Amino acid sequence: MAKQPAIELKNITKVFGKVVANKDVNLTAYRGEILSILGENGSGKTTLMNMISGIYFPDEGQIFIDGQEAVITSPKDAFSYKIGMIHQHFKLVDVFSAAENIVLGLNEGKYNLNASAEKIKEISEQYGFELDPAKKIYTMSVSEKQTVEIIKVLYRGADILILDEPTAVLTPQETEKLFNILRRMRDDGKCIIIITHKLHEVLSLSDRVSVLRKGEYVGTVETAKTSEAELTEMMVGKKVSLNIDRSEPENVQDRLVIEDLECINREGVKILDDITFTARSGEILGIAGIAGSGQRELLEAIAGLQQVQYGEIIYNDPKTGEKEDLRNKTPMQIRELGVRLSFVPEDRLGMGLVGNMDIVDNMMLRSYRKGKSMFLERKAPKDLAMHIIDDLEVVTPGATTPVRRLSGGNVQKVLVGREIAASPTVLMAAYPVRGLDINSSYLIYNLLNEQKKKGVAVIFVGEDLDVLTELCDRIMVIGSGRITGIVDGRTTTKEEIGLLMTKSKQQGDDCNG
Amino acid sequence: MIIQFICRAILLGVPLLYGSTGEIVTEKSGHLNLGIPGIMYVGAISGVVGSFLYENSCGNDIANMSPLLAVLIPLLCAIVGATLMGLIYSFLTVTLHANQNVTGLALTTLGIGLGNFLGASLINITKSELPSIALTKTSSFFAAKLPFADKLGWFGDLFLSHDFLTYFAIIIAIVVSFVLNRTRVGLNLRSVGENPATADAAGINVTKYKYVATCIGSAIAGLGGLQYVMAYANGVWSNNAFGDRGWMAIALVIFALWKPSVAILGSFLFGALCNANNYIQGLGTETQELFKMLPYVVTIVVLIITSMRKKREHQPPQSLGLAYFREER
Repeated sequence: MAKQPAIELKNITKVFGKVVANKDVNLTAYRGEILSILGENGSGKTTLMNMISGIYFPDEGQIFIDGQEAVITSPKDAFSYKIGMIHQHFKLVDVFSAAENIVLGLNEGKYNLNASAEKIKEISEQYGFELDPAKKIYTMSVSEKQTVEIIKVLYRGADILILDEPTAVLTPQETEKLFNILRRMRDDGKCIIIITHKLHEVLSLSDRVSVLRKGEYVGTVETAKTSEAELTEMMVGKKVSLNIDRSEPENVQDRLVIEDLECINREGVKILDDITFTARSGEILGIAGIAGSGQRELLEAIAGLQQVQYGEIIYNDPKTGEKEDLRNKTPMQIRELGVRLSFVPEDRLGMGLVGNMDIVDNMMLRSYRKGKSMFLERKAPKDLAMHIIDDLEVVTPGATTPVRRLSGGNVQKVLVGREIAASPTVLMAAYPVRGLDINSSYLIYNLLNEQKKKGVAVIFVGEDLDVLTELCDRIMVIGSGRITGIVDGRTTTKEEIGLLMTKSKQQGDDCNG
Repeated sequence: MIIQFICRAILLGVPLLYGSTGEIVTEKSGHLNLGIPGIMYVGAISGVVGSFLYENSCGNDIANMSPLLAVLIPLLCAIVGATLMGLIYSFLTVTLHANQNVTGLALTTLGIGLGNFLGASLINITKSELPSIALTKTSSFFAAKLPFADKLGWFGDLFLSHDFLTYFAIIIAIVVSFVLNRTRVGLNLRSVGENPATADAAGINVTKYKYVATCIGSAIAGLGGLQYVMAYANGVWSNNAFGDRGWMAIALVIFALWKPSVAILGSFLFGALCNANNYIQGLGTETQELFKMLPYVVTIVVLIITSMRKKREHQPPQSLGLAYFREER
């Protein structure tokens, strides 16, 4: 049987401001097949799919559905072309039942939930879902919510289904169940597109794989004729030289020793498991991994912001030579102990700085307890603010401009500058160059290098593998909350890190370094 | 005596029922309209102005007045006045994303000020000795009882002796309850108040729903003001006599757990609590004042109980009070 192309993308380009999210992407998906879209974070997978489902509109290029050119400007248009997208973040009303959520916004004549429930049951039986239409969303598990989302698009008659990282929130058993359902839908002649970055899932589920890298279409291969190694190479690309300085570590001492760390997040899911590593002074330790693998939680656990279930975080105080246990101490207690951790959170304006306050006031967030009189000490923070503006070339009308009005790069400089000014012994930075232009990025790299030379133990969470392999002395890779490997930054390759990042849980027990 | 107490409680409760039914409709779209006291006040004075003009045009002779027009004109005026207030509120909070609490409080201040201004102007025109205007003729049409009310003893007193706006209030509450829970429009409206981003993604026009819900809610609340003047106060308007009924209506929304059907009984209970001090012998003035806070005490008790039970269906709409920006989806 010759396969019918269900959807074809031709030369799709999408630009957000100065950032090119998708460039000249060509893609074809057939009926009766499962197509995987593979790519690293920020490779433009979700943007591309959002254009098919009507959330964004492409700047250039055409979309063909069943050979006819289609103009999709809203989710409603997408529905009329029988395209349904299951987003990573569910769009459901918590206090509604499954059936109410499924019929929401539809206009199919008389409003009769019982009739809808019957139809939902039919769909469930056809594909093997288990769902009680009367169950309220807020009592459901994540996997049940996902089922509701999938049935929602099937109920609307979708025959092109797009799933954005559907397995990110599922247990292995639930994942297997979902895959069986997807295979049944494929056999039923539906076109399934699944966005993912987990290689083993790609290999076990899909018929073909299309790879995106940094917004560009790399190629499509048939799953049966490819290997993990080939896919990884397509995903990470050839090495690009960045010429970042990297000095030899000097006077290396164990600063932070972390053993068997285990954390559970708010939903009760184990987010970190069996984490054991050492951060050394005078060295930059890189942390690589797919976003949401537990990097944030790890840094927060060290900073005292995340409850630790199990394990130890031992800090070797360079002044007294004593060992301090940081586990389950509040950030304030950690400070009082004389343990200095400077934390640059992922979310610059959310956790690091107060947007409506000016640079001086933001400096005072760290120093307001120091003054001796009952009034605030403003002189020192003001000097520090001027110092940071001069040294880091922060572009701002003045020290009294609200931080919110500065550009992303300048906000980041203020934040990093403040954290460095506390002369830390351990400096943790999560995605400090996200959204920055090249010059600002290099400035941040140099700052981190300076700290390293001063004997600070630097922990750098990054997403660009080229940067990680040129900046860091050692690179620790985490996947699904576990360490999948610790490699030497000087000898490793992008492919090696890429493979470790996408490794599944069972394989990730060999740690060296 | 008991019958009289109950009838009095119902009469006192009806303005609250209008106010809280209107507020429930608005809150279901995710908008906490604290302008309800002002909107009810404007509804009342608009009706007063309408009937004042109509009575004057008929030469103050009841024989010249058509019962239909005497009722319809104040009714329409109250609805239009209150809806305009609702429009101001929705324009500020939906289109301009202004803070809902600030906007609502400002509307209350505006509404009461506007009502007092118009009321004082009318008093000035009539050159009345008392600081009030009496529209007793119009009121007599509003307060007309159902036939047989006097002939059926306690049954007639309890069920048939009320003014038509009382029955209307109960009908509206039941209709609103039905629409919210049993129709597609109600489902869509509730989804807008719970999670506007989801509603938007499902193709529901969020802005339209918010506007329409706020305006309809305001119109319903405005009728409460009218009922107060025409039925409770026998057509006598005096400035600030409306009191804190608007706030009580908002308290009733919480008491009724955002369910209009519960609000019906709740409004009668609130009416009874407000009035209990007049039926208990030997209370001093200071104790009477204490009695007036009973409805609020009951509301706080309900809040404590529902907070402890943590049942999701008993919570306010999830995005209540939050502005919705489409770009942030």
